[in-house]
Amino acid sequence: MAEEKDEKKYTTISIPSQLAEKIKKRIKGTGFHSLSSYATYVLREVISGMENEDEDEAFSKEDEEKVKDRLRALGYLD
Amino acid sequence: MPRAHGSKLISRHLKKEPTDLEEMPVIEINTDLSEDVLNIANGVFSPLSGFLCYNDLDNVVKEKRLESDTPWTIPILLDCDSKVVNEGDTALLVNKENGVRALLDVEDIYTYDKKTLSQEIYQTQDENHPGVANVNNMKQYIIGGKISLIDSKEREFDNYNLSPKETRFLFKEKGWKEIVAFQTRNPPHIGHEYVQKTALTFVDGIFINPIIGKKKVGDFRDEVILSSYETLMKYYYLKERAVMSILRTSMKYAGPREAIHHAIMRKNFGCTHFIVGRDHAGVGNYYGPYDAHDIFSEFPDLGIIPIFFRSFSRCTKCGSVVNDKICPHDQKYHINFSGTKIREILKNGDVPSEDIMRKEVAETILKYDKPFVE
Repeated sequence: MAEEKDEKKYTTISIPSQLAEKIKKRIKGTGFHSLSSYATYVLREVISGMENEDEDEAFSKEDEEKVKDRLRALGYLD
Repeated sequence: MPRAHGSKLISRHLKKEPTDLEEMPVIEINTDLSEDVLNIANGVFSPLSGFLCYNDLDNVVKEKRLESDTPWTIPILLDCDSKVVNEGDTALLVNKENGVRALLDVEDIYTYDKKTLSQEIYQTQDENHPGVANVNNMKQYIIGGKISLIDSKEREFDNYNLSPKETRFLFKEKGWKEIVAFQTRNPPHIGHEYVQKTALTFVDGIFINPIIGKKKVGDFRDEVILSSYETLMKYYYLKERAVMSILRTSMKYAGPREAIHHAIMRKNFGCTHFIVGRDHAGVGNYYGPYDAHDIFSEFPDLGIIPIFFRSFSRCTKCGSVVNDKICPHDQKYHINFSGTKIREILKNGDVPSEDIMRKEVAETILKYDKPFVE
């Protein structure tokens, strides 16, 4: 069972070879060991800023009053 | 305010107690695991909705991410002696001390190599490391699956135990958009105050978040930490700029990995920034002093901004608290904020110099007959 679960999930993408060359030059001497690790880093950064937020479940009116009372008791709300 | 980690703040509370509880297999869990259950249920560990299954654990160990690619560095695991349940079962998790009862949907039962786990998470297999010792003491099987909290009992300091949903509500009510979190396990000295106020200068509010729970002999007791912070906040902070809430979770001493975990939890509380000190969550000499800073560069998608502090001390020439970036004076002019030294002074019933600790804070600590765990 463990062997099946151990499969790594990677895929291949194509980018223009000129761009690949520029990136390879750029990452020389940095902490990035490969074009893939750099592309992964950049894409994670971009995607994380684009993800949609699910609406947080709001308090019911009754619960909201209880929370406010609690926060007032701590001196955090007037 | 940042999104909860993984985009959704998790809430795993059952509205109604199931009627078939008595027919379910029961798994008694220790206090640390019961805190994990509460942290999952309240969203502190968002996006986790349960204990890790194999694929997630393996990814966390090898990639520092969940299978979904979401950053996650510390395994949250439920271990068990034998296969008391089967995959597909619903079990009842029980902890008497905290009165925790929760349902567990058993999705995965598996084993994992302890040496790999220790090496990857703690960077050592040395049994003297407390995290490695915990791994070695883990039972044979690991159970993964979602949990749903039925109930838990009220406890000391619950007035200060705010859930992420509550802190997010509080920050919105206060109109704070940028919030810096400060984690602590000790009463505040002048160095802590310097770090907190330096960070606070650039944001809207500070969230002081002491970790409460298991202690070593000689540590400050929880009530001492809380009341010393109450005093500091009363006399030296603007009421509208600082709040405090406790966090009940055990320290893993996983150094850099734990720094990421601590940041994720604070992101879930609604914080935008997190203060990371020297040797954050370290123990002994297992990690480099700034490993916990460097690891953040691996996570461009973490969603909370670390604020790094190096060592700081009081410079008698500058007449203020300084760090190694801003003070040109020789070490002989520097007074270090040594926790050990401060404890020694307080143990003798003396008030430390005001260069090291606020008089009001020291007096608050000294009001306790026994400020330290014995």
